[in-house]
Amino acid sequence: MSELILEANHLVKTYTQRSGRFGFNTTLVKALDDVSVGLSAGKTLAVVGESGSGKSTLARCLLQLHPFDSGEVIFQGQQLDQLNGQALRQMRQYLQMVFQDPFASLNPRMRVGEIVGEGLLIHGLGSSSEQQKKVVAMLKRVGLTEADMQKYPHEFSGGQRQRVGIARALVLQPKVVVCDEPVSALDVSIQAQILLLLKELQAEMALSYLFISHDLRVVRHIADDVAVMFQGRIVEQGSVADIYDNPREEYTRKLLSAIPGKATQH
Amino acid sequence: MTPLLQISNLTITPKKQPTRLLVNGVSFNIEAGKTTCVVGESGSGKSLTALAVMGLLSKQLQLNSGSILFSNAQAGVQDLSKLDIASLQKIRGAKIAMIFQEPMTSLNPVLTVGYQIGESLTAHLGLKGAALKAKIASLLEMVGIPAGRADSYPDELSGGQRQRVMIAMSIACEPQILIADEPTTALDVTVQAQILQLLHALKTRMNMGMLFITHDFGVVADIADNVVVMFRGEIVESGAKEAVLNNPQHPYTQALLACVPDAEGKKPLKPIDYSWLGHAA
Repeated sequence: MSELILEANHLVKTYTQRSGRFGFNTTLVKALDDVSVGLSAGKTLAVVGESGSGKSTLARCLLQLHPFDSGEVIFQGQQLDQLNGQALRQMRQYLQMVFQDPFASLNPRMRVGEIVGEGLLIHGLGSSSEQQKKVVAMLKRVGLTEADMQKYPHEFSGGQRQRVGIARALVLQPKVVVCDEPVSALDVSIQAQILLLLKELQAEMALSYLFISHDLRVVRHIADDVAVMFQGRIVEQGSVADIYDNPREEYTRKLLSAIPGKATQH
Repeated sequence: MTPLLQISNLTITPKKQPTRLLVNGVSFNIEAGKTTCVVGESGSGKSLTALAVMGLLSKQLQLNSGSILFSNAQAGVQDLSKLDIASLQKIRGAKIAMIFQEPMTSLNPVLTVGYQIGESLTAHLGLKGAALKAKIASLLEMVGIPAGRADSYPDELSGGQRQRVMIAMSIACEPQILIADEPTTALDVTVQAQILQLLHALKTRMNMGMLFITHDFGVVADIADNVVVMFRGEIVESGAKEAVLNNPQHPYTQALLACVPDAEGKKPLKPIDYSWLGHAA
């Protein structure tokens, strides 16, 4: 087994939710209940489960976008949750995210060149002409053109916007990229293009992906390992082939049998 | 057997640009007790076709040509594209009902779900009081929601439950045709499977004709009897499910099927191939 690049041990995160008449009472919701996962360097770990199972909370806790109650997150031997503001910000260069909704995750008032280049500016990587060059190279790599730098997000289709989102995450040469349902808002015909692009880039840039999805057909094609989440807990974890061919847990079996079109494909 | 709904040569354009064909010469039939799936990418005209059947096209659009013949069980064959608003209102909800894509936004947040289900019962069948309440309760149970939830507001229900409420609303008056516009796209896979099963059971029990719009070929394989594939406003292929899925004739259908990931991971991922367009043009 290869070395773990990002590791979470015994993560617990609870939300308080207002309940009862007029919301006078509160109930605790365990979004993460003793969750431990490990992402191997250069591999893809898919986290699957229904909405509300805690997939996105896990991703956010891993990147320290949400504080968690207890547990630890270790990235390249450093305990991320112990880092203070400045050190954490420097570390974020290596931890990037691609968001679900390409229509909501790009600032409509910024040009694509500014969106992609913002990370370079913040981290002060290179002179402005070098930054410019990096942005152009990255845009070309994801299948856009130099002329697209001057355009605004609304001028692009959903698939193209997701390419901008990928370029924004990858221009910083990250080590770990968290993809939160990157293709679920896209047409089937566009999904495959984006998945293939992600796979190619992973090979070229030695990226490790944490891939969040509820579409088990997509996961089958992109993941090396799978973690199945249900109600804040990881119920089953293993290699893709193991999980799909010999699911041990009842819930995993239920998820697999819910894949549309499965009955008629055999 | 005459088809329940016969769409022929339907063409839709914007009023200001009558040369821009959003839906171009579309013809297909819906039969009682059968499900016709319309498949295509965004912008292929699937939803416009469904809205045209309901007479719900935006004011900026117009039906340029074509007819939509509906075999009304009471009034005989009617052309829906020629009817006035009053006659359409008698058909909508009563004879032809629709389930919309987004269960989160298509319910009224300030009315209880029971009231919203009851609206069409009062309007079309004149049900009131205890009879209305009993009918609402039985509809909720039919879609798998406890009858006591009739007094709940939409925000108190989950996405799957809201979509069940939408289904209960649409089947309230036992329509002859049910139009479902991507009813499961916004839902989780496990909930999606339940909703598809429910729709299939209801269709069989009530012998409804169903027009089902989707872009997911997996869903098509599960529920369709007939398939219509649309691309840029035109039908490129149509036929029985087995023929279209197992032996697609048109290059676009082949390309679209090729880029659907399979659950076994045996098939290599392929981006959609538009090279056939070059040959056609």
